[in-house]
Amino acid sequence: MTAVLESSGLGKRYRQRWALRDCTLSVPSGHVVGLVGPNGAGKTTLLSLAVGLLQPTTGSVEIAGDRPASSSAQLAKVGFVAQDTPTYSGLSVADHLRLGRHMNPGWDAKLAERRISQLGLDPAQKAGKLSGGQRAQLALTLAIAKRPAVLILDEPIASLDPLARREFLQILMEVTAEQELSVVMSSHLVSDLERVCDYMIVLVASRVQVADEVDELLNTHRQVTGPRTDLSALPADWQVISASHTDRQSTMLVRTPVPVTDPAWTADPIGLEDLVLSYMSKAVRPSPDSSPALEAQR
Amino acid sequence: MMWLTWRQFRAQGIVAAALAVALGVVLLITGLNLAHLNSDSGGATCHGARACATAANAFINQLPGTGSVPVFFGTIAVIYLAPALMGIFWGAPLVARELETGTFRLAWNQSVSRARWLVVKLGVVGLAAMATAGLLSLFLGWWESPIFRAAALAGSDSAAVTRISPQLFGAQGIAPIGYAAFAFALGVTAGALIRRTIPAMAVTLAAFGLVQAAWPLWIRSHLITPLREYFAITPANVNELAIINNTQMIVRHDVEKPGAWVVSDQTVSPSGHLFSGPPTHACLSANASPNACNASIAALHLRALISYEPASRFWPLQWTETGIFVVLAMALAAFCAWRIGKRRLA
Repeated sequence: MTAVLESSGLGKRYRQRWALRDCTLSVPSGHVVGLVGPNGAGKTTLLSLAVGLLQPTTGSVEIAGDRPASSSAQLAKVGFVAQDTPTYSGLSVADHLRLGRHMNPGWDAKLAERRISQLGLDPAQKAGKLSGGQRAQLALTLAIAKRPAVLILDEPIASLDPLARREFLQILMEVTAEQELSVVMSSHLVSDLERVCDYMIVLVASRVQVADEVDELLNTHRQVTGPRTDLSALPADWQVISASHTDRQSTMLVRTPVPVTDPAWTADPIGLEDLVLSYMSKAVRPSPDSSPALEAQR
Repeated sequence: MMWLTWRQFRAQGIVAAALAVALGVVLLITGLNLAHLNSDSGGATCHGARACATAANAFINQLPGTGSVPVFFGTIAVIYLAPALMGIFWGAPLVARELETGTFRLAWNQSVSRARWLVVKLGVVGLAAMATAGLLSLFLGWWESPIFRAAALAGSDSAAVTRISPQLFGAQGIAPIGYAAFAFALGVTAGALIRRTIPAMAVTLAAFGLVQAAWPLWIRSHLITPLREYFAITPANVNELAIINNTQMIVRHDVEKPGAWVVSDQTVSPSGHLFSGPPTHACLSANASPNACNASIAALHLRALISYEPASRFWPLQWTETGIFVVLAMALAAFCAWRIGKRRLA
C-alpha cells in the first residue's frame, strides 16, 4: 500500500518558535486519519505544509506521492478544507460551483449539484449570508467535487453547533465510502474524531507523540493496575505512557506488543479518548526519560 | 482562472467602464462642438500663414465662452487621478483581500498553480487598467487637437500652452498607460507585503502620489539631456531688475521658447558663471540716471542660459517615460510572483 502522507524530519519554524519539529510520518492510503492535539500544537502547520501553503524549514513532505502543490496535476489530487472554511462572501453558492468547474479539470458537476440540493442550499444565496455549518458544507462540496485522491480537513467542525457537526461528519463518511478517498482531518477534540477515524495521529507541543491505526492502538495499549512498583522494575517491552501511584498500588497506561500475563497485574482495555489524553498529558509533563522543559532550555 | 478573475473584477470593471463612458460622452459632445467652432473660424480651410493665424486666434478667443476650459482641465485631472485610483481599488485588494479573508487557502488549492493564478490576475486587471488610461488619453488627444493646432498657428502668444509642459505632459499620449501599469503593480505589491487592504490602499496612494509629484520636478528632465541656448541680455529685454542689500543684483530676461518646455532659465556672466551681483555703481548710486544704469548693465554682457526640451522631443520623452514605468511595473509584478511562489504569505 502506498503512503498517502509521508514526511521525514519535517519541521517549521516561525522566527524563534518551532511550530512543528522532527515530524516523521508514513500514513498508508485508504484511511480516515484523525490528527488530534490541543490548540496550538501545530496541527494547522502540519496540514498547511501537507497542502503546500507553507514551505518546510527542515525535512520534506509528500502527499499522494509527490511534493505538495508542485503542479496543477498534483493540486488536483488534493482536496483541502481550510480552518474556518473560507469562502468568497460576495460570491453566491452557484458562483462557487462555477469557480470549482473552471478551476478543476476533474470537476464532478453532478456530484456538486446533488450535494448542494441535498443540503438544501439556495444556489443564488451569497456565501457571506450562509450559516457556519452551511459554509463548511459548501467548502466540503468544493473539495470533494474536484475528485481528489486525498481530502485534507483542518478543524472543519470546530466552529459548528452539535447538530451541524454530526451532519458534517455523516456526509463526510458517505463521501469517503463512495469515493475511496483518503481523509486527513484535524480536531482538538478526540470525541469528534473517534466515531469516524480509523487512524490516529496525536500531535502535542509541536511533536508527533504517536501515529497508528486505531485498532492497533487499542490492541497494544492496556490500563495496568498492580502493587506499587518502581518503573525500572517493569518488563522491558512495556512502554509506560502514564503512571500514577498510591501508597500501595500503581496504575499505568502501557504499550506492549504481547498480552499481559503476569497474575500480579490486572490489564484492562482502554478507550481511545483516554488513550489519546494520556499521550497528551505525557507530552506536556516532564517524564523521567525525556524532559521537554530541559530540552527547551538547551 | 479567467472566470474567477473576471467574476471578482466584474463590479469594479463595470463601475470604471461606466465612469469612462460618461466622461467619453461629455468629451464627444464638447469635442464635436470644438471641431465645429474651428471650421466656422476658418481654421480647417485657411490658406497662408497670416490667414491661418487670424483664424486660429478667432477660434482661441471664442474658447472661454464654450465651457471647454473646465472640460479640458477636468479631463486632465481625471487622467492624472485614474492610475492612482486603479492602483488603490484594483491593485491593493488583489492579493491583500485574499490574505485578509483567508480565501487564498481556497483559491490556491484548486487545480491551478499559484503562478498561473497570479499571472492571470495581474494580466487581466493590469491590462484593463492600462487600457482604461490609454483610452482616456486617446480621447483627450482627439478632443484637444484643434486647440493645439490653433495654438501653434496663432503665434507666440498662445504657444505657452504646449503638450510637453510639465502640467500637461503626464495626461498626454501614452504616458498614462505607463502610470496605470505602475500604480496597479504598486498596489498589488503593497497588498502582498502589508497583507491588509486598507493600509495597502493608503500606502499605494502615498507612494504613487510621491512618484507622480517628484517625476516632473526632478526626473523627467534627465531622461533626455535638455538643449542649452544663450540669449544676450540687453537693457531692452530685461524683465526683472532688482538690487538686494546693495550687494546682490538680479537681472533676468525670461526667454520665451514657443512650444518648448523650459527646464531652467539662468543669468550668467561672460565667463559662464551664474550672475548674482555685485550691483553696478551706476545702478546703486541714488542720483544716477536710468540710462547710466542701463548702460552699466549692457557693459556686463550678461546672457540668459536656458535649458529646454523642444516640442519635437514630445514623443521620444513619452516613449522613454512610459517604457520606464512599464519596466518598473513588471519588476514589481516579478517581485510579487517570487514572494507568493516562495510561500512567504501563508
